[in-house]
Order: sequence, then C-alpha cells, then structure tokens
Amino acid sequence: MHFTINGQAYDADLDIRTSLLDLCREHLGLTGSKKGCDHGQCGACTMLVNGRRINSCLTLAVMHQDDEIVTIEGLGTPENLHPMQDAFVRHDGYQCGYCTPGQICSAVGMLDEVKKGWPSHVSGDLTSAALSDEEISERMSGNICRCSAYPNIVDAISEVAGLTPAEREVAGA
Amino acid sequence: MKTFTYTKAQSPEAAVAEAGEGVRFIAGGTNLLDLMKLQVMTPDKLVDISRLDLGRIEQREDGGLTIGALVPNSDLAADRRVIDGYPVLSRALLAGASGQLRNKASTGGNLLQRTRCYYFYDTATACNKREPGSGCAAIGGFNRIHAILGASDKCIATHPSDMAVAMRALDATVVTLKGDGDRRRISIHDFYRLPGDTPEIENVLEPGELITHVELPGPPQGEQLYRKVRDRASYAFALVSVAGVVKVEDGKIASAALAFGGLAHLPWRDFEMEAMLVGQAPSTALFEAAADKLLAGARGHGSNDFKIPLARRTLIACLRDLTGV
Repeated sequence: MHFTINGQAYDADLDIRTSLLDLCREHLGLTGSKKGCDHGQCGACTMLVNGRRINSCLTLAVMHQDDEIVTIEGLGTPENLHPMQDAFVRHDGYQCGYCTPGQICSAVGMLDEVKKGWPSHVSGDLTSAALSDEEISERMSGNICRCSAYPNIVDAISEVAGLTPAEREVAGA
Repeated sequence: MKTFTYTKAQSPEAAVAEAGEGVRFIAGGTNLLDLMKLQVMTPDKLVDISRLDLGRIEQREDGGLTIGALVPNSDLAADRRVIDGYPVLSRALLAGASGQLRNKASTGGNLLQRTRCYYFYDTATACNKREPGSGCAAIGGFNRIHAILGASDKCIATHPSDMAVAMRALDATVVTLKGDGDRRRISIHDFYRLPGDTPEIENVLEPGELITHVELPGPPQGEQLYRKVRDRASYAFALVSVAGVVKVEDGKIASAALAFGGLAHLPWRDFEMEAMLVGQAPSTALFEAAADKLLAGARGHGSNDFKIPLARRTLIACLRDLTGV
C-alpha cells in the first residue's frame, strides 16, 4: 500500500485490519500521534486528512491511500514550531503531554472549520462562527485531557485565533 | 478484530453486486470499526463505498433537498441550504458526537448507527440484538439509557442518532439501490423497526441494499428546534431529545411535527399526539395533555424510570419555546 504522510511517500505491507493510527505508529515510526482509547472517544489520535481532523484510530489505513495525511510531525519541528505548538508550550497547555499531539492537530483543524464558517452546538446564530472560550470548549470536546489542562489549552487556542479578552467571554446561545 | 476481505467499489451498482451474506458496506466507518474491534460485528468482507460519487447536496425543482449518502455530518450541518431551511437538522447534527467524528461519519451511516446499549457492546453478556436468543441483560440490569416506549421483552435498546430524529420530524425519504438494480424510496416513518421478537433486525433494508440518498421535502413552515438532554454538555448521547417543527397561525397551532430521541428503538413520533395539538390555541394545559398522550404507554425498567418525567418536561418546554407560550 502507498501513502502520503506529511508530504512524504511511504510504502507499507499491511494487514488489512491496520488502522491509520497503527500504520503511522507501528509501521512508519511516526509515534507522535497517540493511542488512548482506540475507539474515537479521547481524540489523542487526531490527524488531519485532506485538511480535516479525524480520529485516526477509527479508520482503516487501506482507505486512505489517495489522501494527504498530516500528523503532529508534519505540523512543525522542534526548531520550527507550528504557531499552535508554540502557543501550547508558552501557555503550558498540558501536564503529562499524552493528549497534546491530538489536541494540537484538532485545534488546527478546528480553526480551519471556523474559517469556513461552520457553526457549533453552542452557536446562537448558525450563520456566524464567531469564536469564544465557550465555542472553543464545545468544538474541542472530542479531545480529552485527563490532567485537565483545559484552561491553558483554551488560552493557547484563543491566542492563535487572535481573540480579544472581550471576544473570549462572549456566550453563544 | 476478526479479519476480512476488502474491496473498493467503483460505482453503487458494483457495490451492491459485491454484497451478500457476511458483507458490510463501509463509508465513514466510525461505528462499524468501533464494533468490529470489539467483535460485536464480524463481517467477512467490507465493500468500501467511501469514494463513490454520493457526496453532494442538491436542490430539487420541487424545493426539497437530495442529500448524498456520503455527505459527512459536518458538511450537512454547515450547508447554508440546511441552515436556512432545516435548522432543526443542523442543530441535531451539531448536538451529536465530536468534531472529528462528524467529519468522518456519513449521512447514510448515521441512519444505520447501532445502539449504545452497554450489553450490546459487551460480548460477555446476553444480548438478543447481538446474539439472537441469548436474552437481554439490560432488563433487570443497568438500563439508565434504555427505552421507555415501544420496547419488548427481548430488547429495550434505544436508537442513538440525533440526525435521524430530525430526519423523522422532517418527513425524510431514504433512497436505496438493491442488489437486483432496483431503486426504492422508503419513508423514514417506515424505515425503522421496533424490536419485537427480532431486535437484531433494526430497519427494513434487505441484505445488500445500499442507501444512496436521503431526500427532504421543501422546507417546512414554522419554528424549528432541537433540544437534547444528556449527562454532560457536549459529546454524549441523548437521554431525551426532541426535534420539533411547529407553526402557529392566528393564535392556533396550524401544524406540528415532533420526533423524539433516547426514548425508543427508533426515532419516535406520535401522529395522534400531534393531531391533538393542531387547531388548538397553545397553552400549558394543552402541552400537558400532549405529554400525557405521548407517554401513556411509557414503561420504565428501574434505572431509566426518570426518563418518563424528563420526557414530559422536555416536550412541554420545547412546545413553549416553539409557540411562544
């Protein structure tokens, strides 16, 4: 099977049951994406597939041979962090760090959804997608942090989104 | 996970030609792979339909929408035609799952979601839905999330979808392609089955029948609302949900469509209860009478007894919001 991950081409000989997450972690040495629950409940495995955030544990690698896949390794490097990575570091948006790659990939995908104008469950008006702390919490609910670093995660994301203190406090509904 | 063979279908016709005993279609896969990992579902063969040309939302000349079965939940929720004409559907979709799951889950697959009954998921316990004839561990067990309407002594599971509840309030039609090449149009009202003695059969699809589209009639008049009551504020299944479309004209209810999630084996709708509302001036007394009608046959199983008053209060609150009482 052939894959394009972080702009690089890979070949792998896989059991048909291999998830996209296991492909990256167990076959290609891309261990940044984490396996938490392996059932789509925790979000630690979140990757960007054709620019959209998905749970890589709940999809088969074989189904993604024609896709552009981006993992945390493809977002930035230790020398050249992605703005979201940099913000998580500065705002201390983690404790143990296990959920962090998924949080960061999810946050990057989420901000793109906001840019496209997608509403959320807490949006009072379905035709506007103005971000706030409440919106960030709702839109990031597919990513669990057992250390409960949520306040700092929201700080990091709101900074990257360029929210003012007043914008952050807006309640949706 | 039990192993399987895999093929990628090039057309809907090719997909149904591959179907048969032990074969499952896979689109988003978010529910199917979850269940396959636990060996609750053990297909011999997967037919990948994810790249078929069924991913568009199209406006029909009669004013309605035709939604391709592969339209992801997130795209459907954010579509401007859905937001403007069917906000109850956008709201229901946005109330379900997480951002990551909505990006992957398909319209057709969402209709076919399996129950989240704890015992259906636990292969060490009895479940007539998973293993017909083995019994129902939910009856007499932990049944907080289970059905209060339309259940049987074989199964008290609920349907988990939010989207399907809105589709039922909107009188959607499920369009399919059968193995023999015939197309069918099935009203959402005829699509799902009550558990009865065969809870393993959840809908009227024949083996190998593929959902290709879901059709909505033209946008309904009146106010629309989706209210979901759940154990946490986000990313949880409904204990009770209501999809409502109600029109008030000259101080009286001119039309009412109310569908319920979390109460039954299927998205519930009570046309007799709706008929009680039509032609009447909205009032709390009327709404209480409607709730009495809805819940006349309701039965709790211990841990889910609370759903009866919860459904009552939720319906009354929704009707107040929909009519401005």
